[in-house]
Amino acid sequence: MVHGIKDNLAPLHLHVPEPKFRPGDKADFSDIIVPEVDAITRPDEHASPADIHALAYGLVRVLGDDNQAVGSWNPGLDADTLRAMLRKMLLLRAFDDRMFRAQRQGKTSFYMKSFGEEATSVATTMALHSDDMCFPSYRQQGILVTRDYPLVDMMNQIYSNSGDRLKGRQLPIMYSAKDYGFFSISGNLTTQYPQAVGWAMASASRADTRISAVWCGDGSTAEGDFHSALTFAAVYNAPVIFQVVNNQWAISSFSGFAGSERTTFAARAIGYGIAGLRVDGNDALAVFAAMQWAANRARTNGGPTLIEYFTYRGEGHSTSDDPGAYRAAEEYALWPLGDPVTRLKDHLIAIGAWSDEQHEALILELSNSVKASQKEAEQNGILGHGLHHPMESMFEDVFEEMPWHLKEQCEQMLEEQRDKFGPEWEAR
Amino acid sequence: MSEPVTKTMNMIEAINSALDVMLAKDPEVVIMGEDVGYFGGVFRATAGLQKKHGKTRVFDTPISECGIIGVGVGMAAYGLRPVPEIQFADYIYPGLDQLVSEAARMRYRSANDFICPMTVRSPFGGGIFGGQTHSQSPESLFTHVCGIKTVIPATPYDAKGLLIAAIEDNDPVVFFEPKRIYNGPFSGYYDRPVEPWSKHDGSAVPEGYYRIDLGKAAVVREGQAVTVLTYGTMVHVVKAVVAEHGIDAEIIDLRTLLPLDIETIEASVKKTGRCMVVHEATRTSGFGAELAAQVQERCFYHLEAPIERVTGFDTPYPHSLEWAYFPGPVRLARAFDKIMKD
Repeated sequence: MVHGIKDNLAPLHLHVPEPKFRPGDKADFSDIIVPEVDAITRPDEHASPADIHALAYGLVRVLGDDNQAVGSWNPGLDADTLRAMLRKMLLLRAFDDRMFRAQRQGKTSFYMKSFGEEATSVATTMALHSDDMCFPSYRQQGILVTRDYPLVDMMNQIYSNSGDRLKGRQLPIMYSAKDYGFFSISGNLTTQYPQAVGWAMASASRADTRISAVWCGDGSTAEGDFHSALTFAAVYNAPVIFQVVNNQWAISSFSGFAGSERTTFAARAIGYGIAGLRVDGNDALAVFAAMQWAANRARTNGGPTLIEYFTYRGEGHSTSDDPGAYRAAEEYALWPLGDPVTRLKDHLIAIGAWSDEQHEALILELSNSVKASQKEAEQNGILGHGLHHPMESMFEDVFEEMPWHLKEQCEQMLEEQRDKFGPEWEAR
Repeated sequence: MSEPVTKTMNMIEAINSALDVMLAKDPEVVIMGEDVGYFGGVFRATAGLQKKHGKTRVFDTPISECGIIGVGVGMAAYGLRPVPEIQFADYIYPGLDQLVSEAARMRYRSANDFICPMTVRSPFGGGIFGGQTHSQSPESLFTHVCGIKTVIPATPYDAKGLLIAAIEDNDPVVFFEPKRIYNGPFSGYYDRPVEPWSKHDGSAVPEGYYRIDLGKAAVVREGQAVTVLTYGTMVHVVKAVVAEHGIDAEIIDLRTLLPLDIETIEASVKKTGRCMVVHEATRTSGFGAELAAQVQERCFYHLEAPIERVTGFDTPYPHSLEWAYFPGPVRLARAFDKIMKD
């Protein structure tokens, strides 16, 4: 008997969210409202957040069902730029496929694909300046691909091999590339949010012209860091762009566990008094247009924007995940917003700037190029097969100068290696 | 070269002076925290600094320690040298993930691509009737984390020199200020009048720039009978007890807990053959446990008695029973009796 229950009052009820479809169910997304292209006109980049609340609940779209780019949000990109965008998205897809397979072949411990979300890292990065600072989560390898970071260096990191710029210290895909405006990725979620605000505040306080952009997922908006970051950005009018890649799933937990049953993620902006946009995340032109709007706003001291990309995680969370265990099998095929690569390709074909033959040829070219990079990276070793940074490097960079206790521990580790491998190891 | 101009300062004034010197010397230094701007901080450590150095160098923040430290990490990534204040050490926990997983690991995880030269200042320790949320000594949470330096001064002179060195350090530093001795050293007798800093050697503070290197302890009293390893407020309590009881103790003020000055510790314990570790923080897994382990590893065959630990009890800091909790003169005297008898 639970203490204190009163017979004359209705019992309380705990609501535990449940996704609509589980394995074996037939997914049906007919309840997802997909508004018409240009249902909400693009506002002035300096519009007051209070005047654009509707944008946090709508869906910015540019590519219509006829594959034409229309409406006030159409960024009007020329065919060369569109083809470059498609190329980057396809390169990202080819890279992901190759590295996923490398993990399955036992060449590394872990990989994460961005299948279905390519536009949210490629088109966004194209709308930024090349020296703007990106604070990614773990699924924005498209930023590096778009900024022409060497694929071999990405692979070296994934293999934790002797060529890894991060000295084999980080889980695969947790890149760091300051020269490319790409912040060191953390495995602790949304920690990059306040950091991006701090970077933007520093830039503003120095009368710099660079802005920062930060990404997280729908699930990790629940972290306290998200809310600290939005508070600070609002208080100091920081030139930062917050992006929530709402791909519906946080490992096995659907977005309802981050609050999506009640409102949109873009609507989080309203409580902080900053601009919020909800965008079709599989429409590369809409993604580009939203980022361009927010970047222009931030760069002219208009303050922060929160953008939600409504998209879908096409594959598992990572190589350690099997989504067949918790969601309906064909969800991605039925997703009402389609596939971002296919939609961009269809648009290019519709405007006469692309063909199926060119598309297939490009896929083959990129696949071969990725394979060649992989071959080159594997010259530097794969995980667990001996080619790695020197053992002593384990103790470097904990501090700028190695203190005595780490020197002692380093010596101990080297003695252990001598015990383990004998004089041969010494000779190496 | 002429002698530097010194001024009598209490610890707050010395910290204020260190911040003032560094704001003037290095344009990348920024100070932020709750109430630190116009008002100058609840303990007045930043008084006058916003007016002198401007609102973009010294400013108030939202009440969000996660935000304060996370924003600091981002500013450091940009190239600034942030010096955030956490109003009480007890409030630092919402910022712990940003300190432990982010600031401390930035250099390592990015292989020097990004660094975090941030100094987090925070008043810590009890003895001010602060209750359980304004009295804690969480230093061993930070010494346990690789990649953070932990510094605790015990005099105004050291506070300024160490804080300047901490700000100039290219790694994150947690700088805990023993707030009980902000205004004067403390004998442990809470019912006696407060002695002002002006009567203490450590209050003569040069007005300009100087630094005390991190990782160097200070032998504050030489002796032959027993080595006492301590820091912060307890340095003064131990000194008072040793004087009162006429114990020939060698008192070492660690000043930096990590990196630890093991050479000074080892030389002293080998000389005296006895070692007591003293801190106000709770006992179990406290920094004293690390000190005891280090000393027995290095000095075991020189020890004539078991290492004594004198600490706070393993309870939250009690409000009304503060002085029964505090490792004061009675607890210390009993420990000295025991270690000298063995």
